Amino acid sequence: MRDNPHSGPLNPTRRTFLSTTGSTAAATIIAACVPADANSAAGHSDSTAAGADGPNIEGAVPIVLRINGKDYQLRVDPRTTLLDCLRETVALTGTKKGCDHGQCGACTVHVNGRRVNSCLSLAVMHDGEEITTIEGLGTPDALHPMQAAFVAHDGYQCGYCTSGQIMSAVALLKEPCGPDDAAVKELMSGNICRCGAYAHIVAAIQQVRKNS
Amino acid sequence: MHTFEFIRPADAAEAVAAAAQAKTAQQGADVRFVAGGTTLLDLMKLNVETPARLIDINRLPLDKVEATPDGSLKIGATVRNSDLAHHPTVQRDYAVLSQALLAGASAQLRNMATTSGNLLQRTRCMYFRDTAMPCNKREPGTGCPAITGSNRTLAVLGTSEHCIATNPSDMCVAMAALEATIHVQGPKGSRAIPIGDFYLLPGSTPNRETVLEPGDLVTHVTLPALRSGSKQVYLKLRDRASYEFALASAAVVITIAGGNVTHARIALGGVGTKPWRSPEAEAALTGKPANAANFRKAAEAAMRDAKPQSENKFKIELARRCLAHALQLATTS
Repeated sequence: MRDNPHSGPLNPTRRTFLSTTGSTAAATIIAACVPADANSAAGHSDSTAAGADGPNIEGAVPIVLRINGKDYQLRVDPRTTLLDCLRETVALTGTKKGCDHGQCGACTVHVNGRRVNSCLSLAVMHDGEEITTIEGLGTPDALHPMQAAFVAHDGYQCGYCTSGQIMSAVALLKEPCGPDDAAVKELMSGNICRCGAYAHIVAAIQQVRKNS
Repeated sequence: MHTFEFIRPADAAEAVAAAAQAKTAQQGADVRFVAGGTTLLDLMKLNVETPARLIDINRLPLDKVEATPDGSLKIGATVRNSDLAHHPTVQRDYAVLSQALLAGASAQLRNMATTSGNLLQRTRCMYFRDTAMPCNKREPGTGCPAITGSNRTLAVLGTSEHCIATNPSDMCVAMAALEATIHVQGPKGSRAIPIGDFYLLPGSTPNRETVLEPGDLVTHVTLPALRSGSKQVYLKLRDRASYEFALASAAVVITIAGGNVTHARIALGGVGTKPWRSPEAEAALTGKPANAANFRKAAEAAMRDAKPQSENKFKIELARRCLAHALQLATTS
């Protein structure tokens, strides 16, 4: 939550409250997950030091991710998916975990400008690469045109799939895509909306395409 | 997910050396190459794959699509499926491949998935993916519950009493019809394997899916030059309009002169235990007039040896109609 000017010890968000109260138990679980020989297994004999504000995880690998234009020096367990890294290590929780198996699209982010499922990619595979998440698209005061179109067309109900839908839709603008709704539906088929807001989502995307 | 050692090799030789110590390159391999990760990480989360060492080949210089002096097209192992589908040469000369790639997965997955990863894509059989269930492919000798269980989406061609798992790839079906060659760099040097010799039938060893040995790195695939005037179509039938695996699919590469079929290459997807080239359908067509009656005969020839399971008999007629319709589309386009 370090990027959220509205949260802090005196003004906790729901998430900082939960992560603070759960921290003692979480530390125990993390230690239990890392085997004694993880250090040599990861091939990084110098990797015992913890990151600036991460837990002291043995076997962690140092990486740099450029997320939304800002460099993050991180130490991650090699098993950490890009999704978990964004949410749990960097605390950018706009990217959602749905199925965690590349089937729902809720975790869609851009890597070097292309949309991917962050749940099926390891953070260590992206060392030095440029990541864009929903937090990097616009701000509450200056929405990205796609965010504004989703609001205008009511392109959601519960909102859980929305960040993935918007990240997909923004990437679609730069991809080969026919002019009609069917082409948009085909290229958005990797994003599932359980509330069924599809018609509104297509309308939002088509409006942005017409205006751009 | 089990812990593993993550390695980023400097070059292909280093990648091969790091993988050569593996006990097997087949199911349960203790060393895996990772590129897109879309199959491997999925299976690692399910503990179906538990490699102790992961070799990241994404930064090796294997990401080019190039014309070669002999007129073939060379496709690097880490070329993303989306880049390959939209490559101008592929769209112009190998349309069946572009269509097959775009019929597979989602836009996000196609941005990640690679040529070599798609070649080695694993079955979606639910028993294979569930470690609580027996599965001869995952744990040899434990049995195949799919044969008496849920098998609606499983194979009708190339099955054995030990395994009926479907090969799920679209790309490989098009590559089978295009007679692709798979180029491998291994501990003993490089070799070229025709795609028809690359995959193994399940037989009594369904855990062995390809001829790859420890250390073998797929570096690229080549597609031969096609005869001029060949027509190509990939037709995929599935339970929903998009983002679903094939119940049946057909890749057709066909040349017609004077109303007669002079050359045909045909492969089927969604129905076989491997990407299913059909020499029977090709023989039934070659030299014959290109008409609906002969397309139907070719489709019947393709499925002659099909063996239905309790829930998937419909696939046999579905595959026949799929192939006959694909031939119709190819010859009228």
